[in-house]
Parts: sequence; structure tokens; C-alpha cells
Amino acid sequence: MFSTFRLSHLLACLALAAPLMASANPILDGYKAETKGTFSAAAGEKIYHTVGPKQLACASCHTDSPKNVGKHAKTNKTIDPMAPSVNAKRFTDAANVEKWFKRNCNDALGRACTTQEKGDFMTYVLSVK
Amino acid sequence: MAQFKTLTFGLMLLGCSALALAEEGNSRLKLNPKMTQECSACHIAYRPNFLPTSSWKQVMGALDKHFGTDASLPAADHKEVTDWIVAHSQEIGTPPPDNRITRSFWFTRKHGTNHIKADVWSRDSVKSPANCQACHVNAAQGDFNEHNIRIPR
Repeated sequence: MFSTFRLSHLLACLALAAPLMASANPILDGYKAETKGTFSAAAGEKIYHTVGPKQLACASCHTDSPKNVGKHAKTNKTIDPMAPSVNAKRFTDAANVEKWFKRNCNDALGRACTTQEKGDFMTYVLSVK
Repeated sequence: MAQFKTLTFGLMLLGCSALALAEEGNSRLKLNPKMTQECSACHIAYRPNFLPTSSWKQVMGALDKHFGTDASLPAADHKEVTDWIVAHSQEIGTPPPDNRITRSFWFTRKHGTNHIKADVWSRDSVKSPANCQACHVNAAQGDFNEHNIRIPR
């Protein structure tokens, strides 16, 4: 009786955890492990709209919402949406994510981003449905 | 003297056709896939013959300050693209100011106001002379044939 209860309990836990596991992002988990803190979508959204020393923000090319198709501010090149909810390829390759954080933090903020900022940013973009 | 002139003219013709052949050959050159992938994240992958090798070396050596943008690459990708473009370009002509393709002698000659009205460059559909494919519709495939030009409104 006891063991049956335990099994059903375990199954219930799994059923609850499965969708959470599916939505977790290994790259974000990596940043979380580094900072040992929590990330905030609101802080990420603020970064997304912050205009830096070159008068550029993430939104300058990626538009007001990371769900939209963007346009390179200088070259006019079309940029695929950044939000994984509409573009499943995003946030799947850690090296690529790091490459673009390095470039775009420099361009938009005029400096490198901290791990906390990267985590906040990803949390925001992942939250946009 | 007349003979000399004919000879000079003949040599010039030969030179032109050799250049034309070289250009033709280069447009068929298949670009390194890593180069295509990385360059075309922001703009088309320009052809190796658009700049002399010394300019390419300078461009590739300063990707973190790439015409106002940080375009830096991971070390392995950087080496692959640099090695390929150095091997497939030549030291022909004067390096253009700032290593800008659009300030090369041949570029300004082909894109002067006798060919293109000045307002074309500022159109939203064009925006920059670096945006080859706005008018050269098959530019990404290395096709800059003047029969395949469509200047957008």
C-alpha cells in the first residue's frame, strides 16, 4: 500500500516536472549555475530597450518585440525573430549565443554584459510568447 | 610610333580581357561555407576579388571594430575565414581608403552619377552602397552581371 502510494506520488511529480523540464533552457541553466542567483524577465526587458552610447539598443535592430522579424540598422539585412516561441533555432547553440552576446553587448551597451545580465535577457526573451 | 601605339592598344585590350576573364572566374568561385555563413549574418559575403589581400588582412585583423560594429569571431572560425580569403584574393590595385570596397577605384567608377542617380543610395530599399543585393539581385551568388540589375524604388 505504502509503496503504491509512493509510486503514484512519483508519477505525479514527473507529470508536473516534465513540462517544466521541456521549457528549461540548458544555456540559461549554465548562466544560472554561474551566478547562483535568480534571473528577472523585467530586468531583461529593461536591457532590451536600453539605448547605449552609440544610440543603439537591442530594439534598434530586433524591433520593439523579440517576436518580430528585425532589420539590421546599418545594412538593412533581415533578422529572424529572436524569441524561441516563434523561432525554435534561437538559444540552442551556446557558442553562438556567446558570440552574439559579445558582439551586441559591445554595440548596444558599449561594454561586455555580465552573466547576470545575459541570464535576465534570456529569461525575458524566453518569456515572450 | 604608330606601330608602338598599335602595340600599346593591343596590350591594353589583352589586359582588359585578362581582367574580365579573371573576374568571370572569380564569380564562379564557390565561397568557403564558414565565410558565407558568418559574413552573411549581417551582409552578403563579399567576393575575395573585391579587395586586395592586404586590405582583407586588415579587415580580418580588426573584426571587433568592423565599420562601427563588433563582428568578432571565435578563434577557430576567424582563422578558417582569414586563411581562405587570403588564399583566394590577390594583391591587385591600391588598397581603398579604410579598406572600404565602396571606395575602390572600380566601384566608384561603376557607380558614379552617370550610372546611378544620387538619391538611389538613400532610399529605404537600398540604404547603403554596401547593400549590393538591393540592385544586383543575385549578388549573394556572385552574379554582378549588369543585365541582372534591378534598381528598387
